[in-house]
Amino acid sequence: MISSLFRLKFAKVLMLIIISALVVGCKSGEKGEKEPEFDVDMQEIDQSLFDNINQAKRVFYSMPSPLETAMLVRSAGAIYNEDLLNSLDNVGNYTTNRSMALNLGIYTCDLSFASLYDQTQTSISYLSAAKKMADGLGILDAINEETLERLEENVNNREVIMDIISETFMNSSAYLQENNRQALSSIVLVGGWVEGLYLAIKLVDQDSFEGNKLVDRIVDQKLSLNIVMKLLEDHKNNPDVADILIDMNQLKAIYDKISITTSEIKTSFDEETQITTLESTTKNNFTLEIFIELSTKVESLRETYIL
Amino acid sequence: MKRSLFVFVLIALVFSLPQTGKAQCKGFAKKVCKAELYPFIHDGNYHAAILTEGEEAELYKTFYSDQEYRVAICGSVGLPNVEFQIVDAHRNVLYINRNDNYTNTWDFKLESSQQLKIVVKVLKAGDGTEEPVSGCVAIMFGFKIK
Repeated sequence: MISSLFRLKFAKVLMLIIISALVVGCKSGEKGEKEPEFDVDMQEIDQSLFDNINQAKRVFYSMPSPLETAMLVRSAGAIYNEDLLNSLDNVGNYTTNRSMALNLGIYTCDLSFASLYDQTQTSISYLSAAKKMADGLGILDAINEETLERLEENVNNREVIMDIISETFMNSSAYLQENNRQALSSIVLVGGWVEGLYLAIKLVDQDSFEGNKLVDRIVDQKLSLNIVMKLLEDHKNNPDVADILIDMNQLKAIYDKISITTSEIKTSFDEETQITTLESTTKNNFTLEIFIELSTKVESLRETYIL
Repeated sequence: MKRSLFVFVLIALVFSLPQTGKAQCKGFAKKVCKAELYPFIHDGNYHAAILTEGEEAELYKTFYSDQEYRVAICGSVGLPNVEFQIVDAHRNVLYINRNDNYTNTWDFKLESSQQLKIVVKVLKAGDGTEEPVSGCVAIMFGFKIK
């Protein structure tokens, strides 16, 4: 009798464990379980588009990766300046999860930036710095000795180097997501994004402000800032994320002074290249005054992140 | 003692199931979907989830002017077709892969930077009487370096 009672109890406990695990499994996916609202802060755009996302089961907010951020700076015609990169001497200063996550993003952006300008030795050094940040965060094997060797063997092959950077970044963010550390993953992205913005701002020639492609890139970041905010809001219960969200709100207050108007998009397909062009025009009211205000804020934020 | 060990192993196994699913999704994204981006450079971001027939996902991303992009949306083996739409901020559908036999990539470039929404849906297969199938769906982006 006692034995059968025990068996019954055991079966119930087991059932409870399995149900709990299934619930955890269902909830531990991407951050799409919520039903967030989404606003595009642009004039003349039907904002209700983003109010109607409740039916979706999963929602992803995709920020520009450090590699894409660096590429945007490069493609805008910026001139390489190594002095702007976060010093490698700072590596030992980062001991908290927050600082290591931010600087994993920052060093990955710097690594990408250096690689895009074929700065081989710098790239190797910055990959090592990124490895130290990843190791410190307990990200296993995202960047290993083999990765470093592969980089050294392919110093003259930019395509392979880009592949190494994108793969190591994917390994890091996937590892954090798989281990329910999405908050840290979002901090890494913010670090890379702020670094890209910092590089762009520092590389703008203020004497040729009008028609400057790099200036346009800085304005475009208003669109990505919306996504940054949504991504961070999903993890605002994490104190580190909550702190960074305050920083981003300060940045948003400045970006709110910029209005962007965009015409309706028309598509045009090129049979030869098989590429569709999204044709549209855009206008903004960005001024040198707002630029200076933005520069001051970005520089001070970045300063606190690399200290 | 043996029973305690059995319970411990069972708990460990049951709780590791979701992580295994996620790890498989990462492997799928890395080995299968990333290859679809070639010759574009993968941006390094990782978006993947286990979806069931009829289930939808949405992704928001800013795409920048004068850049060429490839979006690759891949469903793991056994999943029915995965439909995707690219929608602009005016709710206009710019592209739907249903018109291209559910191809899993789309190449595009932009004259001005835009925030776009990508709506992904795993279509239902069969008459709905069978157990719905689940599998990994990955969304990945590539760009060309100028």
